[in-house]
Amino acid sequence: MTRLKNLFATQWGIITVGILIGLLATLLQKLGNPANMGICVACFERDITGAIGLHRAGVVQYIRPEIIGFVLGSLAAAYMTKDFRARTGSAPVARFVLGAFAMIGALVFLGCPWRALLRLAGGDANALLGLTGLAAGVWIGTLFLKKGYSLGRTQATHTATGWIFPLIMLGLLMLMILYPGIEGEPKNNIIFYSVKGPGSMHAPLFASLGIGLLVGALAQRSRFCTMGALRDLILFKQTHLFLGVIALVVSAFVFNIIYGQFHPGFENQPIAHSMHFWNAAGMVLAGLAFALAGGCPGRQLILSGEGDGDAAIFVLGMIAGAAFSHNFGLASSPKGIGPNGAAAVIIGLIVCLLIGFTMRKRT
Amino acid sequence: MTDIIDARGLSCPQPVLMTLDKIKSDDKQDFTVIVDTVTSRENVLRAANSKGWEPVDMQTDGEECKITLKKK
Repeated sequence: MTRLKNLFATQWGIITVGILIGLLATLLQKLGNPANMGICVACFERDITGAIGLHRAGVVQYIRPEIIGFVLGSLAAAYMTKDFRARTGSAPVARFVLGAFAMIGALVFLGCPWRALLRLAGGDANALLGLTGLAAGVWIGTLFLKKGYSLGRTQATHTATGWIFPLIMLGLLMLMILYPGIEGEPKNNIIFYSVKGPGSMHAPLFASLGIGLLVGALAQRSRFCTMGALRDLILFKQTHLFLGVIALVVSAFVFNIIYGQFHPGFENQPIAHSMHFWNAAGMVLAGLAFALAGGCPGRQLILSGEGDGDAAIFVLGMIAGAAFSHNFGLASSPKGIGPNGAAAVIIGLIVCLLIGFTMRKRT
Repeated sequence: MTDIIDARGLSCPQPVLMTLDKIKSDDKQDFTVIVDTVTSRENVLRAANSKGWEPVDMQTDGEECKITLKKK
């Protein structure tokens, strides 16, 4: 009976969702998003962080409507299917810190797991290092889970609490509509808009928003999660979510070929660097942080839309992490890692290990 | 009286881990898992099914769902 109620949660459901995300992400690239970055939750949250001036890296400032769409699409899908549950209270401050270091790790590699898959599908072989690191980070996370790691139980809370994060997203959308970018100007009265670099490359607002809403709804129904895919494979030998990930890569690969967006190799890949060790190490940190927090950045946005206040705190942590990354020289660029990126990865790993070792279930 | 696993408020993958621990450790007696999100319910059912267990009873009470599992 439950199967009939949620077709997207079946095996074919998750595969269909993976195919659609691959299709829509590559389409966004064709419509103007940066190369191999049709969708990148980490990069796009970083761009939003810059657009509201929390960091001043001029090339990555833009309120990405895809992020807004993911949250609001998930909210709508959750309401339509009575999945919306306002809940919070599972070690929020730990989740904030995990979010911050997840972002720092992702920006050393230059992408969230979704973008790592899209980079691979676009021929960027550096993504293999990132994905290997991601799997290693998630694997370390599963060791903690087996030992009883837990951030504790959430509690039901006021419905309005669950609405706070979606309303923040709506507020960002209103800011964008009320204060559109001025041609050639890096800032209007309020918001920063990149005039060059990845932040200046974007699909039209309503295409980004529409695709974001659709992906948000699909991911909400199917529980699509890249970290969960690896975790369930390692922990339970379960391939359910992993099939969705494979479907995404294959679909994005096929559409990249069709659109002429496939360029294989390690060198001169768009918005990427070839420092192999740090590509992997950055994603070890990110993967461990995602595993300890229970979801990849995409999944955390979807959960935020379903009323999960703890996931919302993780996302806010990611935004703080993006600001630290660009203000303190932690983020990489196509030239290589930032001056303080290596130190930040090491500190992040120590912090995540401490969280893993100290936060156990009380039995 | 069946054993009860209370996985309310716990996020993935803990409800599944608790269910599988019970399946591995025990005397194959029926037991009940309590979850409070649809995602957890789907995950617990999928994991139990893969180990050859099936739900014999599901009671939904507001946000909570009590799933009683039995070895096939």
